[in-house]
Amino acid sequence: MRVVLAEDLALLRDGLIRLLTAYNFDVVEAVDNAPSLLRALTTHRPDVAVIDVRLPPTFTDEGLRAALRARAEIPGLPVLVLSQHVEQLYARELLSDRAGGVGYLLKDRVSHVGQFVDSVRTVAAGGTAMDPEVVSRLLARHVADEPLGRLTPREREVLGLMAEGRSNAAIAGRLHVTEKAVGKHTSSIFGKLGLPPSEDDNRRVLAVLAYLHG
Amino acid sequence: MGEFGDDLRSGIRRGGVAVVRGLAFPVLGLALGLPLFVVFVLSSAFLALGIGFVLLPLVVVAIRSLATLHRRFAAEWAGLPITSPYRPSPVYSGSAPRRAWQRVRWLLSDPATWRDLLWLLAEVPVGLVLGLLPAVAVAAGVEGIVVPQVLWLLDVLPNGYGFGTVWPIDSARDVAVAVAEGVLLVVIGLLIAPWALWAHARCGRLLLAPTRGSELASRVTQLTRTRTETVDAQAAELRRIERDLHDGAQARLVSLSLSIGMAEDLIGRDPDAARALLVEARQSSVLALSELRDLVAGIHPPVLAERGLDGAVRALAMALPIAVECTVELPGRPAAPVESALYFAASEVLTNVARHSGATTARIELRSTGTHLRLTVTDDGRGGASIGAGTGLRGVERRLSALDGTLALNSPPGGPTVVLLEIPCVLSSPKTSRSSGTA
Repeated sequence: MRVVLAEDLALLRDGLIRLLTAYNFDVVEAVDNAPSLLRALTTHRPDVAVIDVRLPPTFTDEGLRAALRARAEIPGLPVLVLSQHVEQLYARELLSDRAGGVGYLLKDRVSHVGQFVDSVRTVAAGGTAMDPEVVSRLLARHVADEPLGRLTPREREVLGLMAEGRSNAAIAGRLHVTEKAVGKHTSSIFGKLGLPPSEDDNRRVLAVLAYLHG
Repeated sequence: MGEFGDDLRSGIRRGGVAVVRGLAFPVLGLALGLPLFVVFVLSSAFLALGIGFVLLPLVVVAIRSLATLHRRFAAEWAGLPITSPYRPSPVYSGSAPRRAWQRVRWLLSDPATWRDLLWLLAEVPVGLVLGLLPAVAVAAGVEGIVVPQVLWLLDVLPNGYGFGTVWPIDSARDVAVAVAEGVLLVVIGLLIAPWALWAHARCGRLLLAPTRGSELASRVTQLTRTRTETVDAQAAELRRIERDLHDGAQARLVSLSLSIGMAEDLIGRDPDAARALLVEARQSSVLALSELRDLVAGIHPPVLAERGLDGAVRALAMALPIAVECTVELPGRPAAPVESALYFAASEVLTNVARHSGATTARIELRSTGTHLRLTVTDDGRGGASIGAGTGLRGVERRLSALDGTLALNSPPGGPTVVLLEIPCVLSSPKTSRSSGTA
C-alpha cells in the first residue's frame, strides 16, 4: 500500500516512516511542507496520505487545506489528518465532500500502534476514522433536533464507534454483543437516518456525516 | 393635509416642550446657582475659622450636582453630551482634620471646581437670555392674539392701547394686524426654542466640559488601573501555568520514564511484567499529552492561531451542547491581543450560557463597526444573570478593559439574555471574510 507522508518535525517524520514501513506500507514520499505535499499527492496519487495539520510555511492549518485541495482535484483521495488538537470544525470540513476515505486523529493515537495502523487501513479502504475525542464531544451534545434524536442511546453509541472507524466485529467486541446484534443496530441507524440501501461502506460514511452535523 | 398636519403638530409640540424646558435655566440659575456661588465665597472665607472645612465640600458637591444636571440637560435636550470633568477622589488617610484638609485640597486643586464656579456666574445671564427669549416671544404673541380681540369685542379698548406695529389700535383692521403679528411671534418663539436649548448647551460646554489636561489626567488614572490589573492577571496566569506543568505533564513524564526504566530492567527476566509496564507508560504519555493540550488551549488556542477569530468562534459554537447560530462578518484580521481577548471572553460567555442559562438555542454575532469589534451573544434561557454572581464575567470585563473594551449585560428575569462585548479595533488587512452557519 503506497503512502505519502507530510510531517515537518524530523523526529516524528522518521518515526512514522519506520512504523509504516514495519507494517508493510510503502512510503513513496515524505515531505515537510504544504506546497511539496500538494505536488507529491498529485504526482504519486497514493493509496493513502498521512498529513500533519500544521505545516510550514505559515504553521497554521496548511496541511488540512492542502488535503482539502488535493481531494478537490482527486475526488475521494484517502487522507488521514493528524493533529495536536481536534476540532469538530475541521472534521466537518474534511467530511463535507461526502466521499469517505477520511481520517482525523490526535497525534497521541500513534502510540497505540495497532489501532493506528488499522485506522490507516480503514481510511485507505474508503472508510472514516474520527478521533474518539471528536466523537465523545458529540456524544455530550443534547440532540433534540431530528433525525439523530430518534436514535436510541445504544444506537448513538454504535454510531460513535462507526465514526471512529471500527468494523462491526470490532464494535461487537467493544460493546460485548454479537456481531449480528451490531448489524441490526446499524441497519436501524441507516433506516432512521433515511439512508437508502446501497454499498454498506458509503452508508457508514453518510451516517457519520449526519452524526457530525448533529 | 394629513401628513403636513402631523408635521405641524409634532413641530408645535417640540417647540412647546423646548420653550418649557428653557424656563428651567433662569429658574435654576437664580434660585440655586447664584445662592450657591455666594455660599461658596462665604464658606471659603470660613476656612480660616475651621467651619469652612465642613461647609466647603458640601457646597462643592451641591455645585457639582447642579453642573451635572446641566450636563444631562445638554445631552438629553440638545444632543450634546458633555463628559464629567472631575478628578477621582484621593484615598484619604490619617486623622479627621487631616482627612478634611485632604478633601478640601482635592476639591480646590481640581480645575473643574473653579470652572464650575465661573459657569455658575456665566449661567445667570446666558440662562436668562436663552431660556426666557422663546418664552417671552410666545407669551407676547399670545397677548397679541387674545387681548386686542377681547377688548375690541367688549368695546372697552382703552385709549392708547396698541400691539406691535399698530399703535394705538382703533379699527377692526388694526385688531387683525395685531392678531397676525401675535401669531408670527408665537411661531418665532416655537421655532427658536430648540435652537436656544442647543445654544445654551454649546455655551455651557465651554466651561462644563473637561479641559484637555483633565481629560489626559483621567485617562492616565484609568490606564494605571488597567495596567496594574493586567500585570497582576498575567503574573497569576504564569503561576497557574507553572503549577499545571509541575503537577501535570512534568509528573507524568517522571512516572513515564520510571515505567520505561523498570520495563527495561525486567524485559529479560519477566517479559509479561515488562509489557504491562510499557502499556502503563503509553497510557501515562497519553495523559501527559492531553494535559499539555489543555494547557496550550488555555494559553493560545491552536484553532485561533490557525483560523483566526472567525474560525475559532465557530469552533467554540460547535463545541457547545446547544444549537448555536453563528454569524461572523470581519473584513480582515484584528490584532492578536484583541483576537485572544475576544476569544476567551466569548468562550467564558458561551460556557455560562451552556452551564447556567438553561437555554436551548443561542446566537453569536461578530461584526466590525469600523472603529470597534462587536460580539453579541444572545440566548433564550431563563435570564436574571448578573456580572457579579460568580459567572466569571467580572474577569472577562477586566480582561477587556486592558484593551479599552467593554462588556454590557442585559438579562431580565425570564430572559432573553444579551451579552455585548466591544473592543476598539481597526482591522489590519482589507481582505473580507464573511461566513454564517448553524452549529
